[in-house]
Amino acid sequence: MLVSGIKSRPKYATLEPDPFAIFNLVLVEGEGAGAAARLLESADHQFRTRTTVLYSGSGQAADCLSSFQIHRMQFLPTIETLLIRLDGFLTTATMGIRLYVAGTEGFIGQVIQHAERFAVDHKSIITEHCGSLARRIQCVHCKGITENVTTNVARCGHCGVNLLIRDHYSRRFAAFMGVSTDAEAPGVLPPIQEMFR
Amino acid sequence: MTGGSELAVRVSDVTSVAQDIKRFRLEPVAGPLPTFSAGSHIVVSMFASDRRIRNPYSLMGVGGASAYEISVLRTANSRGGSIFMHEHVTKGTELIISQPVNLFPINHTGRKHILIAGGIGITPFITMAHQLKALDQPFQLHYAARSQERSAYAQQLKDLYGDRVFLYRDNEGHSIPLEALLKNQPLGTHLYVCGPEGMINGVLKTGLAAGWPKESLHAERFLAPPSGKPFTVRLVRSGLTVRVDEHQSILEAVEAVGVNAPYLCRGGACGQCETAVVACDGQIVHNDNYLDPDVQKSGAAIMICVSRLNGSELALNL
Repeated sequence: MLVSGIKSRPKYATLEPDPFAIFNLVLVEGEGAGAAARLLESADHQFRTRTTVLYSGSGQAADCLSSFQIHRMQFLPTIETLLIRLDGFLTTATMGIRLYVAGTEGFIGQVIQHAERFAVDHKSIITEHCGSLARRIQCVHCKGITENVTTNVARCGHCGVNLLIRDHYSRRFAAFMGVSTDAEAPGVLPPIQEMFR
Repeated sequence: MTGGSELAVRVSDVTSVAQDIKRFRLEPVAGPLPTFSAGSHIVVSMFASDRRIRNPYSLMGVGGASAYEISVLRTANSRGGSIFMHEHVTKGTELIISQPVNLFPINHTGRKHILIAGGIGITPFITMAHQLKALDQPFQLHYAARSQERSAYAQQLKDLYGDRVFLYRDNEGHSIPLEALLKNQPLGTHLYVCGPEGMINGVLKTGLAAGWPKESLHAERFLAPPSGKPFTVRLVRSGLTVRVDEHQSILEAVEAVGVNAPYLCRGGACGQCETAVVACDGQIVHNDNYLDPDVQKSGAAIMICVSRLNGSELALNL
């Protein structure tokens, strides 16, 4: 059903400090705060003084980050505003910058999407997936993006087509692809299950 | 071999372009030659009296189909390929070449490109600079050589690309100011280096120390297969046993008995000739830049173009 084994499905590791980076920019969403805290814990003082954290999410989740002496910690009200701030950093950044991302898959994908627009190689971005497995979906028919999809079949939030959620991922759109599942027999759907909680 | 069929070419011109460096123009014996992208190389086969020598050379010139151009540095302590090219290959000589292969392509997502050449390592950058200029992509070429006499193509490059070309001559006390160069480059810059092994390692190390991600650092290395003590290779699938001489690679030895093992670069870089080790009674000497250190340590695989055995018999899945 899901068509697994698709190579474009991203894989994530754990955040590890790159001791050579001149400037570390850590982008964190919600439960990603735990991964960012482990990163800062494992790094030395030198690394921390070269590190800025941009955080979007609840203040409570970010408590674990408050004790580290880092260069700068900024709270952003939404992912959108965090991404705008990211663009600001990347506009003037040099090759010595390193990006670290922790949060949901949709968040990581959007950070990589923005960084690639500045010609950052996606493989150089250090990522750790935390929190929900909910997917950001692009409807391949109307191209609309639907956020937070948790089921194997979901209605497109834009054109209303019933979409089968695939493992096929687009870095350019930062989204998994959703393909009409009942084109031949409208309304006949496979069993709907929660798959990406 | 892999990478498609071989091509027959005839040498139509040999020009001395610098001290110990000759340029060879290769025209097809029949039909047009495949077009190629900047950074590509071919493997040239030379038929010496006792053996077939295969050496990789970067393609110069501009992707065209009518002829290929390569430049060859005469190296005294090599295994004979460059000396053969210099002494026995003249106008009219026929050679066999492989299809062009590109293991050193321009990363076209990049916003700026820094090309670093050492000596004969200038050759891939001649086509790269041409292509980058045509695409109106910002680039700099830093070219170091031992002396002016050895700086092949330096004047032509200066004439073509002006202040984008920086020349350094060891005997005049110049060296590339690497640390200053790699500091503060804008995001999206890519670095490419081709030259002697020590220079490549130095540039890559300086790049990493300046905080560059490894994905933005690119190198072209053509390692000559190092010599070593002779040993025997048992080919499990072919049922053959082959002796590998002191100055021969495993790949050359198995080719000599008619086994077509896969290869592309013959220099320990591309990974095409990775071969599973079935048994081994000594220490494998890994000379490649391809296998993960873990795999090298485990001895499960060997790159037969450059690596050898320090022992008496190696059994391979070939």
